[in-house]
Amino acid sequence: MRERIATALESRPWIWSFAAALLVWIAIAASVAGHGAMATIAVALQFATFFAIVGIGQMLVIAAGPGNIDLSIPGVMTIAGYLAMGLMAGANSGLVPGLLVGLGVGFAAGVFNIVLIDALRIPPMIGTLASGFVFQSMAIAYSRHSHAKPAPLLVDFVSARLLGIPLIALVFMALTVLAAFLLRRSLFGRSVLAIGQNREAARLAGLAVRPTLALVYLASGILAALAGILLSAYSGGAALNMGEDYLLMSIAVVVLGGTSIAGGQASPAGLWGAAILLDLVVTMLNVLGVGAGLRFVVTGIIIIGVLALARGPEARY
Amino acid sequence: MATDNAPFVRLAGIRKSFGAVQALAGVDLSIPAGRMVSVVGHNGAGKSTLMQVLAGTLAADGGEIRIGGVERRAGYDVHAAQALGIRCVFQELSLCPNLSVVENTRVVHPGLGGFGWRRRCRALIVEALEAIFPGHGIDPDRTAGELAIGQRQMVETARAFTEAGTKVRLVILDEPTASLDADAASHLLRFTGAARAKGIALVFISHRLPEILGHADEVVVMRDGEVAGGGAARDFTEERLVELMGVVREAASEGGRAEASVGALRVEEAGTAGGRLPLRLHAGEIVGLGGLAGHGQRAVLQAVFAAAHGREGHWRVRGSVAYVSGDRQSEGIFPLWSVGLNTTVSRLRALAHAGIISLWSERTLAEEWRRRLEIRTPGIDRPISSLSGGNQQKVLLARALASAADTILFDDPLRGVDVGTKRELYRHVAEAARAGKAFLWHTTENIELENCDRIYVFHRGTITDEIPRAELSEERLIRASFATGMSGATGMSGAPGMSGAR
Repeated sequence: MRERIATALESRPWIWSFAAALLVWIAIAASVAGHGAMATIAVALQFATFFAIVGIGQMLVIAAGPGNIDLSIPGVMTIAGYLAMGLMAGANSGLVPGLLVGLGVGFAAGVFNIVLIDALRIPPMIGTLASGFVFQSMAIAYSRHSHAKPAPLLVDFVSARLLGIPLIALVFMALTVLAAFLLRRSLFGRSVLAIGQNREAARLAGLAVRPTLALVYLASGILAALAGILLSAYSGGAALNMGEDYLLMSIAVVVLGGTSIAGGQASPAGLWGAAILLDLVVTMLNVLGVGAGLRFVVTGIIIIGVLALARGPEARY
Repeated sequence: MATDNAPFVRLAGIRKSFGAVQALAGVDLSIPAGRMVSVVGHNGAGKSTLMQVLAGTLAADGGEIRIGGVERRAGYDVHAAQALGIRCVFQELSLCPNLSVVENTRVVHPGLGGFGWRRRCRALIVEALEAIFPGHGIDPDRTAGELAIGQRQMVETARAFTEAGTKVRLVILDEPTASLDADAASHLLRFTGAARAKGIALVFISHRLPEILGHADEVVVMRDGEVAGGGAARDFTEERLVELMGVVREAASEGGRAEASVGALRVEEAGTAGGRLPLRLHAGEIVGLGGLAGHGQRAVLQAVFAAAHGREGHWRVRGSVAYVSGDRQSEGIFPLWSVGLNTTVSRLRALAHAGIISLWSERTLAEEWRRRLEIRTPGIDRPISSLSGGNQQKVLLARALASAADTILFDDPLRGVDVGTKRELYRHVAEAARAGKAFLWHTTENIELENCDRIYVFHRGTITDEIPRAELSEERLIRASFATGMSGATGMSGAPGMSGAR
């Protein structure tokens, strides 16, 4: 019986993040005596969605094996947010050009990262960090003459609720399900996981290693751009520091969610548990009136705690 | 202290289970000082488990361990074993690939620290390498990852015999010759005599039966976690060993393949470099790549594989190609995946419609190949890591056959696989060739070349002979391997000279 439970937990690494999120939520509900506990969830889902969007891209990159990581996410989010808002300029007529250009920036950023990593053989950690600086600098240059507002339609979309649940959370949960399906059932997904486990074996098994790696960085770039556009719309405009949190949070949601940092295994469902957890922790500390400094300490301790529980004493990483 | 009447190691009634699987069911083993005891058996017979218990890396569930005449109770672990002078050379190579040979030597000698350790370690490892593999040609400042697999094995072996502080009393050699070419292997076997003369006890595990019978003092045969027999090596024959291991060796004539009906040309060199015999492979053919390990056979396989994927101009390849490596840990298995996923990974393109894999077709394919190759596993959903090494290698062969590739490249795929499994796989290869597949087969075991229709012999990156099976003889093979009578036959040291091999 105990073994059955252990195996069940092992094959569902996302359970820990949801369990932790539930605990934190109960703590919040208790401290506010139940008032507004459901609203807390809805707000958490709203912000968790932005984490989850970049998390899907980062998860694909990390699952593709040791050394693969995308640190350009904050820069891509910022530049995509600014350019999209600039074209929208607060009018619905700018919606489609804004989206196209914003996503195009994400695509271009992905291509740029691939060139650095594949053609110039720069380690992803350095290459994407550098490209992230480039994108961020471009956003700074552009921001000097842009304080544009999002298209009203887009604002309606990102703040819409369906039965009290944020609509974009539902939309991107569906995208997460699609990602999980593709990882398990598509040639692309299998290739990512195979390359992540053993790149040389994947090459010798006839899988398309370089195209697959290119695709994961492309996906990460486009998803980061999308998150940047949606976050700008939600906040009423782009801001230079809007991507800041997403550098480490994109990695935290992936790893807390149960994806192996060593690659070869992904846990899409866990992205949501982890994203909600991280958001609820901040809410809880606010409710308890904890200062900003202590907040980081507690967040760190919770991340360590969940990882220690989920990995167990015998795991290798 | 071990005296003449008390062996250095005496194990009695050693038991060890992994879950429901009983790996050792009460094993007795005595190893006198200055003697070489060979432990033989199938993969899965319990040899490796027994050795891990002896080396202290696994705790036995029960039984008595006496070393140096003293009983070692609970708490007998790697550190205790090392302090008693017990060393291991394990099959899974344990060098750190990013460290130099000198630094790797330092890793196992914690007592060698302090100023000037580099000099002391270098002296130690160079001395050991010279003593065991004279003319080895290994630069001790190269990192282990840069060395060919045979060279890594040499360093690993030599390192076990280096002494700093503790005296070496017992060395466990687990398949020490599997990655070595014939020349280096014979150097090592010769050295075991010198080690024994110094009073070092040796445990020698090998699938090469002639090596065992020719060099061991005593033989212990294991089967299903028990000792099936044993005694002085001179009282045994290969047939008797094989019988005790539980493998019925088929008559040698069984291998008499009908002459291959040669089909369409599959692989050929585009422009033959001067002085080199042209390599050609046709459908339905099994072509062997012989010679000393690391003389360019692997480079050819890699180039053909690259050519089939359009990344190499020197070879013309028609049809699809699959690759089976004997280095399953680093080039074969996907360790997080099940047996089934490991089997079908090269066939996914055909199993997918619009990029989505049909799970039903995938299962059917995996089940089919599990049945056809008799892969021993309770089900295809079990993790690949739960299989024995020989069965993992079967899965890799199943992957290549299931991929429906026209040509299959073998990079010494049966290295370290037990005799019984090998014979099964030979049969499957012959069957696949009859069905029209072409095989390019590099092997370090000359006996395996008997399964080939033609053999190209390599020496320093060039083909020195082409031998049809009917004319294959050990003598002609060795002559071509050393390029006797040709220029450039100076480096007969056994050091792999082909730099492009890795």
